[in-house]
Amino acid sequence: MTPAPATPAAPLNVEALRKDFPLLTRTVHDRPIVYLDSASSALQPQTVITAMARYYETTHANVHRGVYATAEESTHLYEQARIVAGRFVGAPDPEHEIVFTKNTTESLNLVAHSWGRTNLAAGDAILLTEMEHHANIVPWLMLAEEVGLEVRYIPVDGEGRLDLDELDTLVSGVKLVGLSAMSNVLGTINPLAELTAVAHRAGAVVVADGAQLVPHVPVDVAALGVDFIAFSAHKMMGPTGIGVLWGRAELLDAMPPFLGGGGMILDVKLDSFRSAPPPARFEAGTPPIAEAVGLTAAIEYLNEIGMDRIRAHELALTGHALARLDEKLGPDCHVFGPPAGEDRGGVISIAYRDVHAHDLAQVLDQFGVCVRPGHHCAKPLMRKLGVQATARASLSLFSDEHDIEVLIEGLVEAGRLFG
Amino acid sequence: MADLEELYREIILDHYRSPRNRGELESPPAHRVEGFNPLCGDEVVISLLVEGGKLADLKIGGSGCSISQSSASLMSSAVKGKPLEEVRQLIHTFKGMMSIHGAQLGQDDEPVEAEEINLEKLGELAALQGVVKFPVRIKCATLSWNALAQGLDEMADQAS
Repeated sequence: MTPAPATPAAPLNVEALRKDFPLLTRTVHDRPIVYLDSASSALQPQTVITAMARYYETTHANVHRGVYATAEESTHLYEQARIVAGRFVGAPDPEHEIVFTKNTTESLNLVAHSWGRTNLAAGDAILLTEMEHHANIVPWLMLAEEVGLEVRYIPVDGEGRLDLDELDTLVSGVKLVGLSAMSNVLGTINPLAELTAVAHRAGAVVVADGAQLVPHVPVDVAALGVDFIAFSAHKMMGPTGIGVLWGRAELLDAMPPFLGGGGMILDVKLDSFRSAPPPARFEAGTPPIAEAVGLTAAIEYLNEIGMDRIRAHELALTGHALARLDEKLGPDCHVFGPPAGEDRGGVISIAYRDVHAHDLAQVLDQFGVCVRPGHHCAKPLMRKLGVQATARASLSLFSDEHDIEVLIEGLVEAGRLFG
Repeated sequence: MADLEELYREIILDHYRSPRNRGELESPPAHRVEGFNPLCGDEVVISLLVEGGKLADLKIGGSGCSISQSSASLMSSAVKGKPLEEVRQLIHTFKGMMSIHGAQLGQDDEPVEAEEINLEKLGELAALQGVVKFPVRIKCATLSWNALAQGLDEMADQAS
């Protein structure tokens, strides 16, 4: 592990940090792996893997039920993860406001299902953005089909930012605003605090998709002012299978359950049930306990390095990458999204000459480079951009300038092959 | 990069760069069928014209990666003008070539015994053999073939 930083601005020792990730030691096609797909799923440091193994080796028992020692310890570790996850995003009351789910998608579905069905009725309007991931569109479209909602969208401009010119008109009368905190295609970091203030003035509740932002940028829900934020452990170096929903206590309190079953009730009779208070109300069945332990370890790892240092590293590397791609490949290489800056994360979606993204990714794989080709579960945005697919390279705290050089080497080879 | 060169053979790149039988036929009389790969967004649109038990003409539209587009182009050259029985046999043989390695990867096609596959019968199509080493890309190669099979089925249903 890296020692705590002397000053917040101290640059990362990436070479040392890379040793924390066992997967980075493997080779692919006889070349060292160059992992540029953290926006899809991040790698795990050894501490996360060890914490989960140690939990299974020494502690595992179901939570909230047994009175024996390991059951108590398991429950404590699971509840501890709630506190750790809540503090990580500045939740004022993590014990009551952090709900564990399967992933960001389930968190957003929970809001659409429980908050949406209770608070939205036929004819109501909601406002999303054109850059949403399908996870923040489809649950709302499903609800719209069911109850009859008007779904509006904030458009995306030519630089890949939200076009806020018509915002006042769009937001007028809407009951909910769903916003990506950071685009998984463009890297755009949206002005969440500003948009939330506008939405609140219009009387709308704001749900933020934090899947891309929370792992890479310091987040404080109190400062942002949003009402819900969803994120996934596996994108922040934790395990798959656990996601987080933070919601304002008063909103969660007034929401009906999502899934029914054990753990989410106070009492059950043959003809009725009473549900438990949040967060238990939204956590039916045995939860992802080992995954919660892994999430705690992941957050401790990120905290020890410091989110501000991680952000500074990734921002600088994004700038470097965009400059190098331009310098080496020129206009043949088109990168979507805004230029590197405060409103840009380390997500680099590339179109290179007219080589299809799948062919780019296939050639890059031969160089050990892992990128994601495709529509990135954002088809409305891809239509807007006028492309079927892009090859997306995404940065992490362990990414470095060498990774970018190998990426460029692979792109050049793809260009040669498809000439 | 030996694997890559096996995947992206010159004939595949040639069909990708200069696709044969591109376009659309007037429908009707042609039958129009679409194929989508929801994972990557690749799409193919095939217009089929059957006359006298033969696939008299076909045109290919759509867009996608080099494998999906070259496979569609190679397919169009191979099946154009052929009796429908022969076309169906070729679909079976081609998908057999694609499922030798793909069978255990959740491909729902009936597995075809290796000895049944006569690569000579496939002619230029055999160039796509390298795809089976890249299981994720098999769906790209079979996209147009599945659409063609679906189109023939639909026409047979309409005729009966």
